[in-house]
Amino acid sequence: MQRRDFIQLSGLGIGSLFTAGVPVFGNNVSADYLFDASGWGAGVDAAAKKKLADVALNTAKSQGATYTDVRIGRYLQQYLFTRETKVQNIVNAESYGIGIRVIANGTWGFAATSDVTPDAIARCAKTAVSIAKANSRLQTEPVQLAPQKGVGEVTWKTPIQKNAFQIPVSEKIDLLMKVNGEAMRNGAAFVTSNLFFINEQKYFASTDGSYIDQDIHRIWPTFTVSAVDRAAGKFKTRDAISSPMGMGYEYLDGLASEKIKAPNGLVGYRYSYDMVEDATLAAKQAKEKLTAKSVQPGKYDLVLDPNHLGLTIHESVGHPTELDRVLGYEANYAGTSFATLDKWKSKTFNYGSKLVNIVADKTQPNTLGTVGYDDEGVPCKEWDLIKDGILVNYQAIRDQAAILGEKESNGCCYADNWSTVQFQRMPNVSLKPGAEKRSVFDMIKGVDKGIYIIGRGSYSIDQQRYNFQFGGQLFYEIKNGEIVGMLDDVAYQSNTQEFWNSCAQLCDKDDYRTFGSFFDGKGQPSQVSAVSHGSATTRFNGVNVINTGRKI
Amino acid sequence: MSILTKDEAKKIIDKALSYAKADETSVNLSGGRTGNIRYARNAVSTSGEGTNLSMSITAVFGKRAGTATLNEFDDASIEKTVRRAEEVARLAPENPEYVPMLGPQTYLPADPYSENTAKIDPDFRAKATFNSLDPCRKKNLTAAGYMEDSTRFTAIGNTKGLTAYNRETSVEFSITVRTADGTGSGYATRDVTDVSKLSTKDATEIAMQKAMASTNARALEPGKYTVILEPAALLSNVDASLMAAMMNGLDARNAEEGRSFMSKKGGTTRLGDKLFDERVTIYSDPTNLEVPAAAFGGGGGGGRFGGGGSDGRPQEKITWIEKGVVKNLSYSRYWAEKKGVKAVPPPANFIMEGGTQSLADMIKSTEKGILVTRFWYIRTVDPQTLLYTGLTRDGTFYIENGQIKFPVKNFRFNESPVIMLNNLEALGKPVRMGGNLIPPMKIRDFTFTSLSDAV
Repeated sequence: MQRRDFIQLSGLGIGSLFTAGVPVFGNNVSADYLFDASGWGAGVDAAAKKKLADVALNTAKSQGATYTDVRIGRYLQQYLFTRETKVQNIVNAESYGIGIRVIANGTWGFAATSDVTPDAIARCAKTAVSIAKANSRLQTEPVQLAPQKGVGEVTWKTPIQKNAFQIPVSEKIDLLMKVNGEAMRNGAAFVTSNLFFINEQKYFASTDGSYIDQDIHRIWPTFTVSAVDRAAGKFKTRDAISSPMGMGYEYLDGLASEKIKAPNGLVGYRYSYDMVEDATLAAKQAKEKLTAKSVQPGKYDLVLDPNHLGLTIHESVGHPTELDRVLGYEANYAGTSFATLDKWKSKTFNYGSKLVNIVADKTQPNTLGTVGYDDEGVPCKEWDLIKDGILVNYQAIRDQAAILGEKESNGCCYADNWSTVQFQRMPNVSLKPGAEKRSVFDMIKGVDKGIYIIGRGSYSIDQQRYNFQFGGQLFYEIKNGEIVGMLDDVAYQSNTQEFWNSCAQLCDKDDYRTFGSFFDGKGQPSQVSAVSHGSATTRFNGVNVINTGRKI
Repeated sequence: MSILTKDEAKKIIDKALSYAKADETSVNLSGGRTGNIRYARNAVSTSGEGTNLSMSITAVFGKRAGTATLNEFDDASIEKTVRRAEEVARLAPENPEYVPMLGPQTYLPADPYSENTAKIDPDFRAKATFNSLDPCRKKNLTAAGYMEDSTRFTAIGNTKGLTAYNRETSVEFSITVRTADGTGSGYATRDVTDVSKLSTKDATEIAMQKAMASTNARALEPGKYTVILEPAALLSNVDASLMAAMMNGLDARNAEEGRSFMSKKGGTTRLGDKLFDERVTIYSDPTNLEVPAAAFGGGGGGGRFGGGGSDGRPQEKITWIEKGVVKNLSYSRYWAEKKGVKAVPPPANFIMEGGTQSLADMIKSTEKGILVTRFWYIRTVDPQTLLYTGLTRDGTFYIENGQIKFPVKNFRFNESPVIMLNNLEALGKPVRMGGNLIPPMKIRDFTFTSLSDAV
């Protein structure tokens, strides 16, 4: 098992991760080393990987496995951390190895090794089979694996324009220093900024006859700006409203064509992010928050920006429709789900209002979930989770399809490293935009008493995903169709079904963009995954808002 | 062999340091073995074991530092890695906050290691799991649990003459038991240094009782209640928690920069202020036999609160809060030097003083209140006041006239540990939780803001 470190840093807007840290896999290496042709995994071409994979497939079979899959992975990470005028840390990490999963005696077994040589692979395959056989004594039902026709020798690459790993570190530091400088010039007392880049080079082979070579890229630029009023003993922060993306460095081009205009000088970013502009706005807004009016608790109509709503979708639709949670596999950690099989079977469970159409996919361009094939060799696709407000499906992988009476997997199996075992992970889960033409300006005009919320803030939901509470980065009071000023101390509390049934209006496809979670945690030992959630700005009527201000 | 002895480790570290040409060089050698077994729906779902041994070498020129890592230990590989660290250091941006490495230090005689834990094998894990599964199967209850054991060491050394070694073992176990119809759920968690002190059966039986007793929960109106918070509700291995939030917030720099709950009007801090009830006393001590911790920070020897970093600062017995008064804040070495104070590292463990009452005694002395097994999905709402939100989970009960009357539906809370530790009614006998000692607490006016249907 590889070393897995956590970088502990304060002031980071870290996603749904339970610990306040950033996971790092593998060994620290120099930036240049990541492209060194002599790097552990770099020089190994698909033909050589096929030979190594076949060692595992053949050994496992000879030991009695009835199914085997092999993942040879090289995982690259580059993380940059800065505060004000200083570079705090630059992490360049590489992790290379092989994970072998088998079914023997109707039971899963898994083993992994960083020693990617034929002898070590054969030993590892034997270990996987022996673990399967040992655990089969405790099992009551054999694994039922949905069939998957082999796809032969194929490749898939994230269609990036600029490989972030080939951009010089100095250029990245220059950008972050500019971000920090503009934030400070515009009134920030403190600022931290970060860039995260991930490249997964994954080779998958299985006894179904698939040999899949994939090259996957992800990027996340983010920052936190703090404003401080020392005399009053007060401080406020504003995090970036960027989104992590399944893109290359081109996401940071800041193209005007990808900016979506919103009220009060706010800007939404679609497939291109202007980090310096956002930091400038953030500093001004953090200062404004110091004197913003404290919210009067009560019922409000909420106008939720996609950069905020994404997390609500993630928590209240994404997680409860994970079939492993529904079945009880996560009962001791993340929990189970209110979206039980009987509700799905009834075909009448009103998850939301008729406007609510939520799809799962691993195919949307530029998103975190998008790949060609999942980590058990299933081609990726799109499917409905909620159709016209009704719960119609779940997120299922090959060993779960039979439970739903399905003949194939949805293709959403993932492992965060070669050393970890793949399991069901959330695909992109997105709310479809409305068919009627409508901008956020149009939507706000129709609201008498409301709050416009932008950005991800505090978030918490129970272990079956009924009761939630969400904050945000920016809150604006809406009165009689107009924004009248900034609010503070806002959080809304609701119940998942009640909330989605209060969904009253949607903006159209021109307002649609994705939010993302870069380090979503699940499983024991915990694994991370990255997932996007698309939506247009959406209105929810009569939601309970509380005031979170306190004195200590 | 992934657990090296002090002498074996020192030999490798000295070899690496003998190749060093930078102004300063430090070496961190760590390794160990972790094993785990996970079960759900009354059957094992995953199980694994892995070992690692790796060394990281940091070279420093002036204020430029570079790090390189290796996991092969022949002389040529070691020398190559030292050179690589030096190359990286020359290319690195200057860190204006760099503080030169420490020389030799004196450490307390801590040894958080148990041979019983180091000897755990797959058969032991299977047996421990059977002891938890079997009683659940017999009562038609559904078990989901996880056990992870770890045996590891960390050794550090540098060209200034600092040398340190720690070996450490730990086992964490958690179990959630649900009734077959899903209307009741109970939880228990344990962590130990010495696995002979862990009974998966005993912990499972508590979770079973809670599961069976929590069916048909009644709804109470949200509002302010007297609560008895069990230790697992105050501190968690797998989530944020009220007590960890407070202990993690005792950082001097954030406080002095005006962006912490420890910051005060006018730009000063609350250091020296009486911020909590006078019964609140919290200290750290790596030599405590119930919660032993490394005598220095960093790597495999570091505590879950960050330890002292890999800089080799000693972990000492230190009081953070005494009779409600904030006595100490932790410092980075840079900030301490700038302020001209001692560089107190963040702690590797903490011990909160309590009373002698058991949980049962605390329930007996409660007229009206709510017993909370644990909280879940705990997140910061306002860092200024340390306001947190989260929900009760896996066993929440109404107490009246000293007796548990009936299970209640789960609540969402919005509360600050600062307010909570002012509204203190009683403290029970401290128990180990996540490598720390923490007493169950009775708190008045704890704020529940809404109800949840979750079981």
